[in-house]
Amino acid sequence: MISLSHFLVLGAILFCLSVAGIFLNRKNVIILLMSIELMLLAVNMNFVAFSHFHGDIAGQIFVFFILTVAAAEAAIGLAILITLFRNRRTINVGELDNLSG
Amino acid sequence: MTDFIAPNFQPAIAEIFLLIMCCVVLLVDVYLPPEKRGITYILTQLSLLIGAFLTLSLPMNETVLTFDGSYINDPMALVLKLFIYLVSFFAFLYARQYLVDRGIYRGEYYVLGLFAVLGMLVMVSAHSYLTIYLGLELLSLSLYAMVAFNRDSSTSAEAAMKYFVLGAIASGMLLYGMSMIYGATGSLDIGEVASYIAANDSDSIVLKFGVVFLVVGIAFKLGAVPFHMWIPDVYEGAPTAVTLFIASAPKIAAFAMLMRLLVDSAEGLHVHWQDMLILLAVLSIIIGNLVAIAQTNIKRMLGYSTIAHVGFLLLGVLAGTDEGYVASMFYAIVYAITTAAGFGLVILLSRAGYDAENISDFKGLNKRSSWFAFMVMIVMMSMAGVPPFIGFWAKLQVLQAVVNIELVWLAVLAVLLSVVGAFYYLRIIKFAYFDDADEDASEITAPADMKIALSFNALLILALGIYPSSLMALCVAAIAA
Repeated sequence: MISLSHFLVLGAILFCLSVAGIFLNRKNVIILLMSIELMLLAVNMNFVAFSHFHGDIAGQIFVFFILTVAAAEAAIGLAILITLFRNRRTINVGELDNLSG
Repeated sequence: MTDFIAPNFQPAIAEIFLLIMCCVVLLVDVYLPPEKRGITYILTQLSLLIGAFLTLSLPMNETVLTFDGSYINDPMALVLKLFIYLVSFFAFLYARQYLVDRGIYRGEYYVLGLFAVLGMLVMVSAHSYLTIYLGLELLSLSLYAMVAFNRDSSTSAEAAMKYFVLGAIASGMLLYGMSMIYGATGSLDIGEVASYIAANDSDSIVLKFGVVFLVVGIAFKLGAVPFHMWIPDVYEGAPTAVTLFIASAPKIAAFAMLMRLLVDSAEGLHVHWQDMLILLAVLSIIIGNLVAIAQTNIKRMLGYSTIAHVGFLLLGVLAGTDEGYVASMFYAIVYAITTAAGFGLVILLSRAGYDAENISDFKGLNKRSSWFAFMVMIVMMSMAGVPPFIGFWAKLQVLQAVVNIELVWLAVLAVLLSVVGAFYYLRIIKFAYFDDADEDASEITAPADMKIALSFNALLILALGIYPSSLMALCVAAIAA
């Protein structure tokens, strides 16, 4: 029998993976975008699990909204990525260091 | 099956109007030739004005819930919304000439700006975690796009990327916290969460966990240390017209989010979030003020000064008393008005082909225009917290709130560091009055409407500083209800 805590642990593992992906990644901005997406999916896992075990539909509705917003967010992220690449000819995270101090 | 009952749309009338105007402005702009872009601008400002009138037409002292409890209109929302309209109006007005001079006077700035204002209004009126999230994302997504608005600037693109990534992490953290609290309480409605926490024992580990993530998410959005990394970079990299907007009105909305998430829904967990807020506030005040001294770029310096101000804003909320909430609300409004004037002055010093970026650009301002040197003095004195300007009363109120819950050491620390902070504000006044301009000593040229609005904005800081009780009474009435 799969219990609530199994889902929560899975959600937590996914969340940690995505945070690690963001902070350890020194190479590519696209990997950052993927990690961000994974983070939102980890949250979705939590919401669906809680919603199912509470017998309350609101959590699943929230997931629809998160998915929609995530799509819009990815669109804007990729648009920024394109302006960045046009100006810099690189999407290497380590080279984004013009602003500092 | 129950019959479908149409919700009461009236409390959200201003937001619905603004949404329609967003679409109208977007459509009208497509059919306008570039030389008639002024129509887009006028439509945008008109929508803000009419939106403010619609908000004012709602009953002042009532709390109305609608959309099945996910939307609230209470006095706090009303007051904050009015100031969001006011500050955004100023921001769009100052931005116009700057955009024209740099060849980026496009309709997108106004469309995105209006959507951001709509997002702020939704955040302020949110009464469910879902509404808060949607408002926040509408605001954030518009702001990311605005930072990257100057497509040919490589620093803007870099700033936008950093803002986007860190903002997305913040949203993820916030959502994770929300999911934990949903799991513990079984509801997304702020009122129901609050009554669950009040009725049950607040020691549940899941709840505590959720609150930690909420605080991290809010701290990211506000820009409190140690989640402040994006502020200086975004402020410096974005076009000044966009920095002006990002720095001012969204802070009022962020304050509202802080109130809704921590106070309205989780006041029962005050003992748990108070310590976290103390840590954030102390670090923000220390790092913000100390690092600002070392800056030579004015936008970056104002960025670090923002971080210090956020620390002060948190002081009031962490007190956990009505007095503290009033003080923080007062602080947020004052901060937004003062910052709008501050960045307005930076725009005033810029002109076609030249961006005022460095603190030394203020040198010799008194000889170029003694009136605007006076405005610089008002704004900087107010930010430093010198009486009789409004910034002094804002600081005094939060410090009083902290002293009244017997955290005297916190107040002493905050006062000491604001003395340190006074150094870099006063340095700008010194440049404006006592130094000679390095190369450029031309007259200040700006459109008349901008000069009038900027003067009005700065004199408002002075006038409110002499009569703080009017704004104070507004905040007291808003929180007490």
